[in-house]
Formats: sequence, structure tokens, C-alpha cells
Amino acid sequence: MGIESKDFQQSTENFPGKIIRGGNGGNIITTTLDDVINWSRANSLWPLVFGTSCCAIEMMATGASRHDWARFGTEVARATPRQADLIVIAGTIVNKMAPVLKRLYDQMADPKYVIAMGACATSGGPFYYNSYSVVKGADHIIPVDVYVPGCPPRPEALLYGILQLQKKIKGESMMSRSNPAEKFDKGL
Amino acid sequence: MNKEELKIRLSEILPELTFPEIHSTFLNVECALSKLLQFSNEIRDKEELKFDFLFCLTAVDRTENLEVIYHLRSTLHNHEFILRVKTAGREIPVVASVTSVWPTAEFHEREVFDLFGISFTGHPDLRRIFLEDDWVGYPLRKDYIDDVNMVAL
Repeated sequence: MGIESKDFQQSTENFPGKIIRGGNGGNIITTTLDDVINWSRANSLWPLVFGTSCCAIEMMATGASRHDWARFGTEVARATPRQADLIVIAGTIVNKMAPVLKRLYDQMADPKYVIAMGACATSGGPFYYNSYSVVKGADHIIPVDVYVPGCPPRPEALLYGILQLQKKIKGESMMSRSNPAEKFDKGL
Repeated sequence: MNKEELKIRLSEILPELTFPEIHSTFLNVECALSKLLQFSNEIRDKEELKFDFLFCLTAVDRTENLEVIYHLRSTLHNHEFILRVKTAGREIPVVASVTSVWPTAEFHEREVFDLFGISFTGHPDLRRIFLEDDWVGYPLRKDYIDDVNMVAL
């Protein structure tokens, strides 16, 4: 562990301060913990029961036996935001729904993740771009981690989105994890 | 009753009815604004018509005026037709409420009022149903302008 060569000791003999060794001995506890925590978080994403239109049908199909998102640990759909880690925005968000979605997101315990599923959740949708009532993308309300395109996306697409989210979670570190809401820019 | 029989039978009740040629599976009937309530009552109560089910009530913006459309059906005789009523102008459109004839019209008329701004006289509780109470304007009208959310075409 660490660098123990004779050369190293000689070259640091005259160093005035205390030497803290770097390298693979330095962060062994935190990095290993990160691995364990990220592994467990990524493989037990509990989604919130939340669907506002036709994408929700596709999300239900993803949960059903043919596609079965339980294979990726996303099986326990929770009816309360306080027990959920993931919110899949499956469908159109209208102006009246926006404050409800914000409240649901705020009620979820950290760490929390968001997948915007389908065209409506990512950009306002192919049919409602010229509407008085539709929010032009759920990222105007809450920060989104993964966008899944499609109208509606097939279950395979949503599963791929979940896998991408798992990849993102596995790259996190507890020392540097930031609150997603802090950097969140609602845009217009 | 088929379309032709229905046409004759309805004309007997109200001779000034017109039958616009519209490509439709239903018989289309246009009724004068002032005769709407009387006509509705009669077609509901007449034994051989019995239009007891208003299964859709909606409106269309025809630019010079607005049009309210009633889809009617008889659950007894299994016949149906479309009743159309044109409002006088588009500034303050007023149509008689058919809530007293078909109670289901109450929510339908509130929706039409909400999105088109047509006032239904005799409606028990005419206020907005979907939009916020302080909403300005009627979004399904063709002259509705929304600079923030809508793209000008």
C-alpha cells in the first residue's frame, strides 16, 4: 500500500510538512462505499405510480410480464412519493398538473431521479405544441435525469432509459453528489 | 326510424327546420335559436321519437358566429340525429340551456361556456369547469391569442 520505495523517502527527507500518502490507499473506504451504495441504489429504483396519459399505458406494459422491469430492480411501484426514488413522467403535463408534479417531487426523499418519458414530457408533445394548457416539457418544472423519446416510447425504450439512469447512478460519488435542484434552470 | 323518416317526422313538429348537406353518418338538423327549447322538449316527449339521451354537446367556432351541436339518441327506438344551433354573432353569444330537458347538459354546457364563452340562459350553475376561475378569454375560439404558450400560425 502506498509508495514505500527508498527513492521516495530520500526525496522527501527535507520536506517541512507532514506527508499524507495519496494513491490507492487514500480513498479506499469512500470509493468502496460508493460502489456498494451506487450498486444498491441503481438496482432498487422504486418508481412512483404516476402516469398522466398514454405513455402510462406503455409504462404499465413495461411493468407487465412480457417486458418486466423487475428484471432491473424497478419493480416496487410505490403509491406515495415518500417511498419512491424514481418518478417516470409518463404523459402530458398540463398547467394545472404542474404544481402537483412539483409537490410530488419535493415530497420524495433524496436521492431522487426523474425520467421524462415520451414527447410530451420532454418537449410538450407533437400535438400540443400550440396549446394554451400544456407545459412545454416537464423540465420546466423539475430537473430531469434521462429523456426517453417516442410517442409513446416502446417498453424497450423505457427499459433502455432505466439502464441509462442506472449507469448514471453508478458513476456518482457520495463526496461530490450535488443537489439536482441547485443547478436546475427552468429556462423560460 | 331511418334518416328519411326522421326528416319528415321532425319537419312536422317544426316546419322551419333546415337540413344542411353535411357529409355525416347522422341526419343533420338546423334549428332556429328561439325554438330550441320548445323543439327539444317535444322530441324528447313524443312517443315515436323519444330522444331521451343527449350523448354529446359541443360547439364550433364558425368565425362569423358560433354553433352549438347536440348529438341526440333514443335509447328506446335506437335512432339518432345531430341538432345544430347557430348563435347570433360572436360577441355575446346566448343560447337557451337544455339542462331542464336533458340534465346531462349541465356539465357539457359548462365546458362549452368555459372554452367558447357561450352563455346558456337558464343554466343552474354556469361557471368555468376546467380552467382556473381567473382565466381571461376563451381558448378554443379562433381569435384567442396566447403569446406565451402558443405559436402564431
